[in-house]
Amino acid sequence: MMIDELSFAFSLVVSGLSIGLMYSLIALGFVLVYKATDAINFAQGEFVMLAGFVAAGVAAVEGMPILAAIIAAVAVMVLFSFALERVVLRPLLGRPIVAVIMATIGLGAILRGLPPLTVGGQTQSLSLPIGDEPFVIGPAVLPPIQVVGVIVSLLFLGAFTWFFLKSRMGVAMRAVADNQQVAMAMGINVQRYFALAWAMAGIVSALGGVIWGSMLGVDTHLALVGLKVFPVVILGGLDSIVGAVIGGLIVGVVESIAAGYLDPFVGGGTKDFAPYVLMIVMLMFKPYGLFGQRRIERV
Amino acid sequence: MGFSMLTINNIEVVYDKVILVLKGVSLNVAKGTITTLLGANGAGKTTTLKAISGVLRTERGEVTKGSIQLGDRRIDGMRPFDVTYLGIAQVFEGRRVFEHLTTEENLIAGGHVLREKGTVREGIERVYAYFPRLKERRNQQSGYLSGGEQQMLAIGRALMSRPTVMLLDEPSLGLAPMLVEEIFGIVHKLVADEKLSVLLVEQNAAMALEVAEHGYVMENGRIVLEGSAASLRENSDIREFYLGLNEVGSRKSYRDVKHYKRRKRWLS
Ligand SMILES: Nc1ncnc2c1ncn2[C@@H]1O[C@H](COP(=O)(O)OP(=O)(O)OP(=O)(O)O)[C@@H](O)[C@H]1O
Ligand SMILES: [Mg+2]
Repeated sequence: MMIDELSFAFSLVVSGLSIGLMYSLIALGFVLVYKATDAINFAQGEFVMLAGFVAAGVAAVEGMPILAAIIAAVAVMVLFSFALERVVLRPLLGRPIVAVIMATIGLGAILRGLPPLTVGGQTQSLSLPIGDEPFVIGPAVLPPIQVVGVIVSLLFLGAFTWFFLKSRMGVAMRAVADNQQVAMAMGINVQRYFALAWAMAGIVSALGGVIWGSMLGVDTHLALVGLKVFPVVILGGLDSIVGAVIGGLIVGVVESIAAGYLDPFVGGGTKDFAPYVLMIVMLMFKPYGLFGQRRIERV
Repeated sequence: MGFSMLTINNIEVVYDKVILVLKGVSLNVAKGTITTLLGANGAGKTTTLKAISGVLRTERGEVTKGSIQLGDRRIDGMRPFDVTYLGIAQVFEGRRVFEHLTTEENLIAGGHVLREKGTVREGIERVYAYFPRLKERRNQQSGYLSGGEQQMLAIGRALMSRPTVMLLDEPSLGLAPMLVEEIFGIVHKLVADEKLSVLLVEQNAAMALEVAEHGYVMENGRIVLEGSAASLRENSDIREFYLGLNEVGSRKSYRDVKHYKRRKRWLS
C-alpha cells in the first residue's frame, strides 16, 4: 500500500518534470524577448497554437514527410516573429509598456479567431512517427512523445543557455538587455538583436506547437497550454533564464501532482488552475520571482 | 595644431524638434592629443559628445546644421554603431557599465566590432595591462565594482573597439582626487602608446588643463573661449571662474566666487 502510494507520487513527479521542461523551453523564448527588448508577449500561447496549425496543415498534405512540417512550423514562426517585431512593435518603441501589452493581447485574440475562420474549429491530428512504445523509468511510465519533448527541451535549453552565457553574440544580447544606448555605442546593432530574440521565441513556439500538438491534437486549446508561460515566468522571474527553467519544472510538477491527487475529487481541471494559484501566491510574497533581477542600487 | 582627427563645424543640435541646445559649436581634436571641453552644468558638453557618437538620435536629438568629420569623412547623421566601426568610442558620463555583466563580459561587449575572437582576447589582455585591478575583478558582476573600478572598466571597454578617437565624459565624477590622478595618468599613457586622440569633457578644469594640450570653454551651447591648455591656465577668467584662484594664485573664498559669477558671465 505504502509502496503503491510512493510509486504513484513518483510517476506524477516524473511526468510533471517532463511536461515542465517543455514549459521551460517556451518560457525561455518569452524571457529572451522580455530581457532583450522589454516587450511582454501576451500572445506567446497563440504563437504555440499557430505553430501547431502550420505543422498539422503541412503534415496533412499527401506524402509530405513530417520533417517538412516541423521545418515549416519553425520557418513560419520565425518569419512571423520578425514581422511582428518590425511592423507592430517597433513603432511602439519608447511608448508606455502597456501599449505593447495591449498590442500583443489583441494579436492573441486575432490569432485565436483565425483557425475557426479558415480551417474550421475541429481538432486536427498531428502525429510524429515515434511509435507508441512507452518509456519506463522505475514505476513511472512516459508516453514516447513526452520523451521526445524532454530530449528536445534539454537540447534547446542547453544550446540557448550556452549561446546566452558564453557566445559573443549572447554577451551582446545581454548588453542590449542591460542598456540599449550604451550597447549601441559599443557598435551593437540593437534592432538586429531585437529581431534575433524574437526569432528565438518563434523557434521555441514552433517546437512547443509541434510537440504539444501531437500530444493533445491541434486546436485553439493549444493556446491555453502556451499561456502556462505566465505562471512559469512569474515564479522564476520575468528576466531570468535559470528562473524560466526552474519555474517550468515547478509548474509541471505542481500541476501534475494537483491533477493526480485532486482531480478524482473535483472531477478534473485542476491542472489548468493550480499553476495560477501558485502564481498569485508568488506575486504576493516574491513579486520578482525566485531569480528575477532587481536593479542594483549602488553606483 | 597638428592634423585634425575630429572636426566639428558650426553644429546646431535640437532635441524634440524644438529645444535648441547647441547653437553653432566648432572644435577640433588634433591627432594624438587630448583636447578638453570645459563648461558649467547644462552647457551642452555631453550633447556635443552624443552628437559625435550618434547616440543623440536615441534621445530624439538631431544635428540640424553644420557637420562633423572624422578625418575627412563626414559622420553626422550616421547610426551610432556605424560610428563605432569607424573608430570613435564614447565613455559615458556616470560610467554606465553593463551592471549585470561581469567585468570581462563588459570588455567582450566593448569588442563587439572586432571580427576575430583572438583579437578580442588580445584586447582584453591589453586592457588588463593598463588596468591590472580589472583583471583581479574579471569575473565579478560589474554593478558591484567600486566607482573607480567602474570608471576604469568604462574606459577599458571603450578601448576594446580599438578606437582612434575617444570621447571621455567627466571621468573624474565622484572619484577621490588620488584616483582621478591615477585615471588621468593612464589616459595620458594611452594617448602616447595607442596614438589615441581624446576629447575630454570635464568640470574638474585644473586636472583637465594639466593633461590636455588644447581646450575649449562652452557656455550655454556656444564656445566662448579657446586656446592652448597653457594659455587657458593663465587666463584670468578661467583662473577665477573654473580654478577658483585669484591673481596671486591663492584660492578664493567660496563667497568671492559666487559674487563673481553673479557679476559676470562669459557672454554678456
Ligand atoms: N534628451 C534631451 N532632451 C531634451 N533636452 C535635453 C536632453 N538632453 C539634454 N538636454 C538639455 O540640453 C542642455 C545641455 O545638456 P548637456 O547634458 O549636454 O549638458 P552638460 O554640459 O553635459 O552638463 P553637465 O555638466 O551637467 O553634464 C541642458 O539644458 C539639458 O536640459
Ligand atoms: Mg554632461
